Amino acid sequence: MFDLDRWREIFQSINKNRLRSVMSGFTVAFAILLFTLLFGIVSGLSNTFKSAFNDDAQNAMFVRVWKTSKPYKGLQTGRRVQLRNEEYNFVKEEYANKIQYQSARIYKNVAIKYKSKADNYSLRAIHPEHQFLEKTIIDEGRYINERDIREKSKVIVIGRLIKKDLFGEKNAMNKRVNVNGSSFLIVGVFSDEGGDNEERQAYMPVSTAQMMYGNNDYISQINLGYNPDLSLDAAIAFGNKMERDLRKKMNIHPDDQSALSVRNMAEANKGVGMFMGALYAIVVLVGSGTLIAGIIGISNIMIFVIKERTKEFGIRKALGAKPSSIVGMVVQESVLITTIAGYSGLSLGTYILALIGDSLEKDYFIKDPSVSPGIVIGATIVLVLSGLIAGYVPAKRAANIKPIVALRAD
Amino acid sequence: MIRIEKLHKSYPMGKDSLHVLKGINLHIKEGEFVSIMGSSGSGKSTLLNIVGLLDEHDEGDYFLNGQLIKNLNEKKAAILRNKFLGFVFQSFNLITYKTALENVALPLYYKGINRKDRLKIALDYLDKVGLKDWANHLPNELSGGQKQRVAIARALVTKPKVVLADEPTGALDSVTSDSVMDLLKDINNEGMTVFVITHEEEVAEQTKRIVRLKDGLIISDELTKVVKVVKAAKAV
Repeated sequence: MFDLDRWREIFQSINKNRLRSVMSGFTVAFAILLFTLLFGIVSGLSNTFKSAFNDDAQNAMFVRVWKTSKPYKGLQTGRRVQLRNEEYNFVKEEYANKIQYQSARIYKNVAIKYKSKADNYSLRAIHPEHQFLEKTIIDEGRYINERDIREKSKVIVIGRLIKKDLFGEKNAMNKRVNVNGSSFLIVGVFSDEGGDNEERQAYMPVSTAQMMYGNNDYISQINLGYNPDLSLDAAIAFGNKMERDLRKKMNIHPDDQSALSVRNMAEANKGVGMFMGALYAIVVLVGSGTLIAGIIGISNIMIFVIKERTKEFGIRKALGAKPSSIVGMVVQESVLITTIAGYSGLSLGTYILALIGDSLEKDYFIKDPSVSPGIVIGATIVLVLSGLIAGYVPAKRAANIKPIVALRAD
Repeated sequence: MIRIEKLHKSYPMGKDSLHVLKGINLHIKEGEFVSIMGSSGSGKSTLLNIVGLLDEHDEGDYFLNGQLIKNLNEKKAAILRNKFLGFVFQSFNLITYKTALENVALPLYYKGINRKDRLKIALDYLDKVGLKDWANHLPNELSGGQKQRVAIARALVTKPKVVLADEPTGALDSVTSDSVMDLLKDINNEGMTVFVITHEEEVAEQTKRIVRLKDGLIISDELTKVVKVVKAAKAV
């Protein structure tokens, strides 16, 4: 219920007792300010972690091979391990229900030439689902598709920066470029949030590369996205099992990390998740401690304020004020002060975060520190409630003092 | 207007209790100007507090405007105070951060009268006590006599049935005391029941009836010379 007269009384009382009001507001504002800064910085830290993994899908897994470091079944150390289509298909069939996306990768360095312009670029020969694993964003045209794989088409998808190097502002679509001496058709241009390196890549069908470079079925790496329905633990177990199975299949010592390993984002995610969880727990602990200190601060001041005003309440009661009107007035005043002070703290905190946000990113790996709307709403509720409690308890007591006792107070 | 029968009041003092009022019978009719006299400790302030619904009595009956006062909660007491009673205190009890006008208007706020009307009514009453020009001054900018006149305006503003004054001149010098008493006399002459507590003989003599208290009992209750003179004049 909006009562203009009540508000007038409150504003008058606040205005005529500025020091007192500022003092009680200050503790709350300060508590909220600290809370906001703390929370913002931790969320900035969390953003840094998230963006560090933003290049690839969160559920990515890589099967990588190198040289054996342990002798096994009569085979020597230092044997070069080679993945082939066979392993690619084995993984695809064996773990079909645990895999969302799958692609092979062959790494090549190629010279790409268009008219008089030419440069060396790294190239990845891939399957179509690679697009989702790498989070490639198609700007123009299309990505490598199944038909390209089947027909070993001489098509190429180039990164935004390759296009810029070779074509400038001109159209690159459906132009033919010379790749290591063969003519390829540009069917798409992409961009990637992974940075400049990622945008200086070119993609071609894995089958085309195998035909052109050695006419074999070698692949450099298998990239997977595990089924997102899997829990982190299940995904980690899946990665470990696949690693064991592949080592067994390829006659590699079961513990030979060097020969074949599966890099699993689930493991990294779990680590980061645990770390962030612990960090947030600390923040919530410290933050709510600060808030509680603020609330206790304002409660203390309210008790003092009400003691100071006992005589005034006695006068008001003698003149006909009901106890409820006195409690209401004090509570409303207290809620108003806490809310305004709390929001000042919140705004100041947000402002400071915005101000120092950029410099933090460079020096302390804190990216885009900010507080979410959920936190703001939560803080509002806490503030109003704390104002209510801080005002209500002492006001109720003061309002119940007999007017004759209250009038005697000085 | 006020009828008190066999009123008792004790205050607990540790294990014992202090028996302050020991059976008071008092009847005050509408339009009377009564002073309660007594030395300190005689129970006169306690009596006023009970009459003013600021305190509760233990035994006996108290009728205010024909209504039996019994088992009042704070809310009911507040409503009755606002409706029937106006207070004038020795120490003025003005709210320090409110102007004279706002102080006078405050009881009307609790009566639920809108701001515009209550400021208008309050200004009328300030005019009545001769302080219209001081309406927007804070209490600490006023002299003692002026403060007490603001308090009287505040006591009158709700048109109560009884004005209760507790040592209204206790904090004032003799000249300002007289002006405050003149004001109370004027109010009484307009028909208001006025109930004054004092220990000053000169103040009591200006009222129409003096009730003397000693050790919680009424020892005398008589009309003053003022009335006798008036009556005598009428008789002639």
